[in-house]
Amino acid sequence: MRNTWSCPVQKAFYDTKMIGIINYGAGNIFSLTAALNRLNIPYGMVNKVDELAGYDRIIIPGVGHAGAAMRKLAASGLAASIGQLTKPVLGICVGMQLLTAYSEEGDSPLLDIISLNTLHFDKRIAEKVPHMGWNKVFHENGCPIFDNIKKDAYFYFVHSYFIEYNATFTAASAQYGLKFSAAIQDRNFYGVQFHPEKSGEAGEQLLLNFSNLY
Amino acid sequence: MLAKRIIPCLDVKDGRTVKGVNFVDLRDAGDPVELAWQYSRQGADELVFLDITATHERRKTTAELVKAVARQLNIPFTIGGGINELADADVLLHAGADKISINSAAVRNPALINQLADAFGIQFVVVAVDTRHVDGKNFVHLNGGRLKTDIETEDWIKEAEDRGAGEILLTSMDHDGTKNGFDCVFLKKINDNLSIPLIASGGAGSKQHFVDVFQQSNVDAALAASVFHYGEILIPDLKDELRRHGIEVR
Repeated sequence: MRNTWSCPVQKAFYDTKMIGIINYGAGNIFSLTAALNRLNIPYGMVNKVDELAGYDRIIIPGVGHAGAAMRKLAASGLAASIGQLTKPVLGICVGMQLLTAYSEEGDSPLLDIISLNTLHFDKRIAEKVPHMGWNKVFHENGCPIFDNIKKDAYFYFVHSYFIEYNATFTAASAQYGLKFSAAIQDRNFYGVQFHPEKSGEAGEQLLLNFSNLY
Repeated sequence: MLAKRIIPCLDVKDGRTVKGVNFVDLRDAGDPVELAWQYSRQGADELVFLDITATHERRKTTAELVKAVARQLNIPFTIGGGINELADADVLLHAGADKISINSAAVRNPALINQLADAFGIQFVVVAVDTRHVDGKNFVHLNGGRLKTDIETEDWIKEAEDRGAGEILLTSMDHDGTKNGFDCVFLKKINDNLSIPLIASGGAGSKQHFVDVFQQSNVDAALAASVFHYGEILIPDLKDELRRHGIEVR
């Protein structure tokens, strides 16, 4: 007779890598969950601190104003716990900017998990702002979320603020009037400025890579 | 460098595409979701859906369309038609729309642009403008180009930008449907004075017209409907042609 712990359902449960999405009300997450559904990547929502433990990797989404997003994250009580995590964490767009120390948007101190600054394109470049559309992303340091993705693949961007280029923490760069961080990494913390859920097959590969880390 | 974008536009009514579609092997040419998916497979950079549903159920049917598209599509899309107030846009944002486009409603109530930009961010707000030459000037037209206003197009676009539009979709009604090419001269004039992205619309008939509009006016994107729907221009061929002319495309 088989032991109950070895039944297929439980095995599937223990083998499944489950993504927790930080649900703090900063923008629409329908497109992100739709992409995860298409890729058969299981996920759930993290609304409060004790729910962080239920997942083995975390995504911080975010659209809109970085200062406002930081206030919502602080109000959710999750802000202080994110920096303590040792599981893989992926910030997307404003979610990536939240990982940095500071944003010029609203003159806001942020999580300061990766000691970089988020700056405004305006007055620094002659190009149109927002930086909106498909741009080439050059990954540099063998960052695993870019596995099986072309060295100069196009990803979809929509943003007016950017994270400065840094030789240590920039995992991928892009060029728009200046060279900036399209992706950053420090330890288990990853961030992408573009929207993988809107970036065609390259974006889907990146989400798959994140779901398969470790 | 940012790639120039190619954007097919789909007219939708009661959840079905309106104009005939005549390319590839579609199981259901009237299904906007399947059509959208085919376009994304062909290499479209973005899609615009114009919902012309006129019933009082429209908010619900539009939201259902947007949800169905967002579930399938891995590229960005804009939804336009019937957005008159913040609540309309809020429903569409949460259904998964990347951007909404507003046209007549913004002309009648310009403060709507500010409200939308404040609530959802400028990246969410596309202001669509229909323009026509009248006596040597360019005027904003409403109701699909039938109703002339006294507002000069250049003034209106500047105002829309100042109020928080994230992008302008400019349709030259004199060129729309002619297949004689985009209004490159006027598009250049507008683009040179704009610091947000500009989408050119109206007049696409050949691949060369897309080359012309990017080379002559430097707009950020070009939109077309029938030349794509009827398979007169295939997006992979168009992109090859643009690349041959040194125009960066994805």
